[in-house]
Amino acid sequence: MNSHNHIVMRTLHQTPVSLAPEPSVHEAPLFLYKVAAGFPSPATDYMEDGLDLNEFLIQHKAATFLFRVQGNSMRDAGIVDGDKAVVDRSVEPQHNHIVIAVVDGEYTIKRLYRVRDRIELHAENPTYSPIVIAADSQLEIWGVVVGVVRRYPA
Amino acid sequence: MTNVADTTPRATNVHQPLFALVDVNNFYVSCERVFNPRLEQVPVVVLSNNDGCAVARSNEVKALGVKMGAPWFKLKDLEKKHGIVALSSNYTLYGDMSNRVVSVMRDLAPDIEVYSIDESFIRIERTAHLYGGTVPMGHIIRNRVRQWTGLPVCVGIGETKTLAKFANHIAKKNNEFNGVCDVAAMSLDERNQWMRRIDVGEVWGIGRRISERLIKLKIQSVHDLVSADIKRLRAHFGVVMERTVSELRGVSCLALEDVAPSKQQIMSSRSFGTMMHTIELIGEAVAWHVHAAAEKLRAQHSVAGAIYVFIQTNRFRDSDPQYNGGMVVPLADVSDDTRALTTAALHGLRRIFRDGYAYKKCGVMLIELQDKRIRQETLFDDPQARARSARVMLALDAVNRVWGRGTLRTAASGITQRWAMRSENRSPRYTTHWRELPVVR
Repeated sequence: MNSHNHIVMRTLHQTPVSLAPEPSVHEAPLFLYKVAAGFPSPATDYMEDGLDLNEFLIQHKAATFLFRVQGNSMRDAGIVDGDKAVVDRSVEPQHNHIVIAVVDGEYTIKRLYRVRDRIELHAENPTYSPIVIAADSQLEIWGVVVGVVRRYPA
Repeated sequence: MTNVADTTPRATNVHQPLFALVDVNNFYVSCERVFNPRLEQVPVVVLSNNDGCAVARSNEVKALGVKMGAPWFKLKDLEKKHGIVALSSNYTLYGDMSNRVVSVMRDLAPDIEVYSIDESFIRIERTAHLYGGTVPMGHIIRNRVRQWTGLPVCVGIGETKTLAKFANHIAKKNNEFNGVCDVAAMSLDERNQWMRRIDVGEVWGIGRRISERLIKLKIQSVHDLVSADIKRLRAHFGVVMERTVSELRGVSCLALEDVAPSKQQIMSSRSFGTMMHTIELIGEAVAWHVHAAAEKLRAQHSVAGAIYVFIQTNRFRDSDPQYNGGMVVPLADVSDDTRALTTAALHGLRRIFRDGYAYKKCGVMLIELQDKRIRQETLFDDPQARARSARVMLALDAVNRVWGRGTLRTAASGITQRWAMRSENRSPRYTTHWRELPVVR
């Protein structure tokens, strides 16, 4: 194991972005004002749930999967080696989406270029040339990338 | 439903039950293919625990004549000749994919009974109109599951569960249905034609032995069965058969069970990867099984009154001396505490263990289960100790849920787990383990 050594050191109180079947555990905020005497605390109007990264990254839990990115073909789109790509299969792939496609039996992450009958997969790194899908062949798109997760070894 | 429909004489039929049976085609193999495109169009089998025999086959493997449960060592020549890919079972992956399928379906139709890891019954009579009818609804379920999870399903629809199963069989075997068949929408003639074409042995609940007896009575097709004298069948085969025939005639006898009944016993057992000779190593395996079983016990809010522990030599090795030992160890007080159950199981193991044998398998079964909330007080009851135990078990389960089973366990279950089962060719746990995610370049 090399590039993702940094996830080994997680401890219990650091909550990772998780696709675990159970909903994430978070503490419910307490509502502790006394009703009878005086005015209610104005702060209670602003009581809200904490931020939940699952909610931010995942719209359709049943359709969302994580992939580990290898290599830097999408570097200029901000996706680098070791990143975890969040992939939502329920999203209909469109021109300009970053997608996971199946090419020669392998998964590849690229930007989908689809104008009229032309279908191409574009890397975001000048050292890679576009993959052109022949007019009479099919391109299998596994899912649409809707986010990227990265942790630093701090 | 419109008001007009409500006032017609047919109004009483509006909410007659209608069941859909949705099941995933070759479930385990299909799960493997979602994450490994190279397995597409390749003959694939998934092997049972310990890589013993085939528990799932791709269509290509079925076409080669490989039967369910075929021992893998007998297939070795086929493997070379046809390039069959054999995978160890990856139940972690299958379980996660199964949950996803159910949650996609629950979004579309809330009345759902999860019947097995790859099959669910859905009541659709109140929801089908939202999707433009039963068959369109079936296609929406099928397409949605396929797109969201990557898994192919077939949908069978009928007035009863048994007919939904029957329709599912038709959908699966006949490509012209595109994976969705509604026998309730068929004309009587058409339905009878299908019933004549399909063997009685394909009916849900009719096993091989019963179908052999039916054939002796000249009942060969499904149609023969529905036209037979139901009283005579009942005399020969009992009430279960009577119910099956009623269901095939469209009278619903089996309701949707939305909550699976609590298990009466919880079992955890497995064969060892290699033969085991010492009580220390077998003890570790027994303790691990107690862990797994106790976790299930707490999940269904039960407590156990006793634990059965057993060990076995390899009955397939005739030349080896054979010994099977097992005993039930009753608990002083009912419990769901892994530690108390482990102590009891290890006590039992010490009693049944005999030196000089090569052991192949061990396991435990939690028995005399009762609902935790209606447990009876005993003479030696200690409420404080019980509360303490509950807190420890809660923490144990929470840690293991987040970090994977076995992260936190009693020291009795060992550190290296040399007894772990053989699974030489298991695919990564793509959806549940950070270090095993699928790779994309």
